[in-house]
Amino acid sequence: MSSDSKKVLTQPIVDNNPIALQVLGICSALAVTSSMANALVMTIAVVLVTAFSNLFISIIRNHIPSSVRIIVQMAIIASLVIVVDQVLKAFSYQLSKELSVYIGLIITNCIVMGRAEAFAMKEKPGVSFWDGIGNGLGYGAILMIVAFFRELLGFGTIFGIEILPLIQNGGWYQGNGLLVLPFSSFFIIGLVIWAVRQWKPEQVEKD
Amino acid sequence: MSSNKETFGKTVGFVTAVCLVCAALVSISAIQLKPLQVANKLLDQQTKILEASGLLAKTDGSTKDIKATYAKYVEAKMIDLDSGEFIEGNPNLFDERSNSRDAKKSDKPKNDIAGINRRSHDAVVYLVRNDANKVETVVLPIVGSGLWDLMYGYVGLESDLNTVRSVVYSDHKETPGLGAEVMNPKWKALWPGKKIYNSAGEVKAKLVKGGAKANDIHGVDALSGATLTSNGVTNTLQFWFGEEGYAPFITKYRAGGVN
Repeated sequence: MSSDSKKVLTQPIVDNNPIALQVLGICSALAVTSSMANALVMTIAVVLVTAFSNLFISIIRNHIPSSVRIIVQMAIIASLVIVVDQVLKAFSYQLSKELSVYIGLIITNCIVMGRAEAFAMKEKPGVSFWDGIGNGLGYGAILMIVAFFRELLGFGTIFGIEILPLIQNGGWYQGNGLLVLPFSSFFIIGLVIWAVRQWKPEQVEKD
Repeated sequence: MSSNKETFGKTVGFVTAVCLVCAALVSISAIQLKPLQVANKLLDQQTKILEASGLLAKTDGSTKDIKATYAKYVEAKMIDLDSGEFIEGNPNLFDERSNSRDAKKSDKPKNDIAGINRRSHDAVVYLVRNDANKVETVVLPIVGSGLWDLMYGYVGLESDLNTVRSVVYSDHKETPGLGAEVMNPKWKALWPGKKIYNSAGEVKAKLVKGGAKANDIHGVDALSGATLTSNGVTNTLQFWFGEEGYAPFITKYRAGGVN
């Protein structure tokens, strides 16, 4: 792997995180983070879709007429998402039942579209592929952090394994009802953004 | 970057080509994966029916064992809901969700407390036999509105067609941590032994807000923080064990037993 590929792969994870810095893809980050298993599957799905949409778009980038380029990108992304959805239904029925509509909504995830338009339309296929993986992982990293706190404090579990026994199951922990609800992710994402910018002050926007 | 890729003909040609490739990709994956998806769906349904009949705990949880147990003990049969009689028909082809959208195969309930809008004329019941080939559990599918959407599930009744063996929800969109606690094993464990009907034949099974009394043979604790889901469950039971639900079937077969 060249140093270029390595850079585009690792940079989106902290230095140019799609959620924390670019603030893209928030909608699905709210919806699928109630449990870590869901967040993990969503991460894998987004990594695959972003990587392959970047790859295919980059391969044909010199032939895409600029007047219809967004529609062409959408067609490719939508096809990939349908394929991912079909694969999930075939191999992981339970999870696909829980994630159902959110997999379909990857089509509208700004990260996928954003990377296609901003990166894959200009760069070579190889490096675009790694950029897709990197951005998917950056998105997934935030998802997993949010899901960790929501599942642990909301349900007292990590990946479904009981850590804090809930009162309704005979334990002592009162699950935090706020964190069970999707909008609580706003607070956690906000705190994550704050923490990242404390660590890397160059990310703070000048006003 | 040449400018000639922008001509009208080339643009149309390019878009057509992309569409064809994408369509081929989607169709191939859909067709290739279809058998697996259908198998998954069926396995999920069989697992829930076994859970409702109490047999799931006796399997080792593997796909193979679930299928074998289901094939050995469970028999699906079609009934006509209004008369309560068994009817001819292939239960494998029966789809409650599509039937209840079909004006020819469903009608509006007179008293739609479960909020299902239309009810299919027919239903599938699952007769679960024991090793002596006697019907031990009858599993009845139920559906009713929760807070957000319809909740689909199964009720397993003992052979007296009154004592609950289990209430198992298979498909719902309730709030995680609140309404979705219908899936909590602790809550499900409250059901076995409860009676659906009182001695006068009225549907009495319900969820009790604030907790059911220890000697309550019909009531089960409501789900805390989920009043609307709890009401939904009570109404679903009221509807499906009432006259427009399985009551004709149950009255007919309670005396003689189902076989």
